Amino acid sequence: MQALYAQLLVGLINGSFYALLSLGLAVIFGMLNIINFAHGALYMMGAFVAYFLLNLGGINYWWALLIAPVIVGIFGMILERTMLQWLTGLDHLYGLLLTFGIALIVQGLFQNYFGSSGLPYAIPDELKGGMNLGFMFLPIYRGWVVVFSLVVCLATWFLIEKTRLGAYLRAATENPTLVRAFGINVPRMITLTYGLGVGLAALAGVLSAPINQVRPLMGADLIIVVFAVVVIGGMGSIMGSIITGFALGVIEGLTKYFYPEASNTVVFVLMVLVLLVKPTGLTGRAA
Amino acid sequence: MKHSISAMLLGTALAFGVAGGAAAQDKTIKIGVLTDNSGLYADLGGPGSTVAAQMAIEDSGLAAKGWKLDLISADHQNKPDIGTTIARQWIDVEKVDIFMDVLNSGVALAVNNVVKEKNSVMINTGAATSDLTNAQCSPNTVHWVYDTYMLANSTGQALVKAGGDTWYFLTADYAFGHALERDTAAVVVKSGGKVVGTVRHPLNTADFSSFLLQAQASKAKIIGMANAGGDTTNTIKQAAEFGIVSGGQKLAGLLLFITDVHALGLKVAQGLNFTETFYWDMNDGTRAFSKRFAERMKNKAMPSMVQAGVYSGLLHYFKTLEAMGGNPHDGAKVVAKMKELPTDDALFGKGTIRADGRKLHPAYLFEVKKPEESKGPWDYYKLIGTTPADQAFRPLSESACALVKK
Repeated sequence: MQALYAQLLVGLINGSFYALLSLGLAVIFGMLNIINFAHGALYMMGAFVAYFLLNLGGINYWWALLIAPVIVGIFGMILERTMLQWLTGLDHLYGLLLTFGIALIVQGLFQNYFGSSGLPYAIPDELKGGMNLGFMFLPIYRGWVVVFSLVVCLATWFLIEKTRLGAYLRAATENPTLVRAFGINVPRMITLTYGLGVGLAALAGVLSAPINQVRPLMGADLIIVVFAVVVIGGMGSIMGSIITGFALGVIEGLTKYFYPEASNTVVFVLMVLVLLVKPTGLTGRAA
Repeated sequence: MKHSISAMLLGTALAFGVAGGAAAQDKTIKIGVLTDNSGLYADLGGPGSTVAAQMAIEDSGLAAKGWKLDLISADHQNKPDIGTTIARQWIDVEKVDIFMDVLNSGVALAVNNVVKEKNSVMINTGAATSDLTNAQCSPNTVHWVYDTYMLANSTGQALVKAGGDTWYFLTADYAFGHALERDTAAVVVKSGGKVVGTVRHPLNTADFSSFLLQAQASKAKIIGMANAGGDTTNTIKQAAEFGIVSGGQKLAGLLLFITDVHALGLKVAQGLNFTETFYWDMNDGTRAFSKRFAERMKNKAMPSMVQAGVYSGLLHYFKTLEAMGGNPHDGAKVVAKMKELPTDDALFGKGTIRADGRKLHPAYLFEVKKPEESKGPWDYYKLIGTTPADQAFRPLSESACALVKK
């Protein structure tokens, strides 16, 4: 039983990464209608920026949490301005292919210069060590990841669903022409939204840097699972992707305990089941 | 004018000479480096293996003696089906004579069959499974650098002797992990230890916390990591986080490469014990090669034992063909001759190739230095034990290889 609690908690930790990443994807899909396959590469860039900030600039983890998403976000906005915006109105497939290509190029470049086994990034001193919870030894850093990503997820949800800015955004997705008629700069808003989604990916990258090696392929390994999470939760649904992210982390954690061999397929089995029963995903609306 | 005419005549004569020789004794060699160029093993083999092969070609001096050498490389993406497709194409279309590196045990075993069927040659320097020279041994394959039996024998025995008598295995769920776990468990039991449990994780896992918690709960004294590359570095890093080592359990890296230690940094990797057959800082010969190698690498990395094996194995192959006076393009015949000739190079020293295809050389047990002991980048290992060549690998008396006469 104790082992079970431990696995549940570990699942929540992984779930936080799924939630942060799928949230970014959901925001981008919901607002831009783009299936952002470059998300994994941007997540990886977040981790690398944190590494460079520390090793070249002496800028610590806490600042990296703020600066890395901004830098990668700006990179994302440049992508959106120069490439993605031309795909508005075209089939989803074009966006998918373009972003997939971008991901391959970015990963290839990083791999060319930094190899595949990655670079070390240490846990910040303030979050070192762990506490004994009785049923498990919880590294403080992992606890921090869960709490922090939960806060970020809820803040993003609040921003989009409950604020005036979020209302503009949602309106712009529904009917861009009408919103423009009210004097709102829709293209700029879309660019900023893409930057926000990308920033979330980079933030997840910084969070994961001390846990995993900072590797060029760290995102490629993760992105497929995250896409499954988004599909299960319902494409474009903000709350859906947050909840599914955490839930699937837990389910995966339990699989790792009961039948570890299936731990990297369980998410896809679930995806198939959900799609069979509810093709729009758990919280998705019919298109 | 006179000069240019005589030069032209000489050139023509040479051209005819080479062409004439080709009919009798073909002097062309095509080398194929089949490896993981982009995935989790790319640093320990990958582009570095191609660099090592290129260096072997240059250092062999064959080109100056009228041989024509070609080098190609491909990425098998750690997928056996892709590996065999490339292997068939290389043999049938590209006319590749020899396969180098071929890391990843799953791919290696698959390619092993193709190479045998098509009578080509493979000098495997990257895959770990000891099956390549045991049940699956082939007259066309030489296993050069290391194998799971040797790793288990050296690291496993040393750790049990030091008091680590209960083991829990964290195993990569494919041919390599299974072989390494099997061979190590056998050594542990034989040395008087006990295996209390095992958990198998998918290849290329990012998060090991679930598995580590299970290992922690097992209370085993030693957690044996039967995985490699990025999987091992992630395990070690996360084990530190979960307080496994500070809780009194010891991590045993059953297969670690210098590139892994470099990626982890000494702060995390210090104190780990593991076995390799090559380290750049062993003697003048290894240092000279490694410095030249590092200069040609984009990230200035020192060679791993896999990459060093590509260099050393190819030199022996070239030496064999030279002794044969040409390339007969007959894999089994070349490998038989390779086994007759003793091996000798600056990186692995003097050695032999056994009837089962196993290359013999000493195995070194290393310990990773503490950060304060290291004099600079890549100064990572302390030698703490050596197993002589004749004891390092599976004795022929235990062999299931059909090539071994009993």
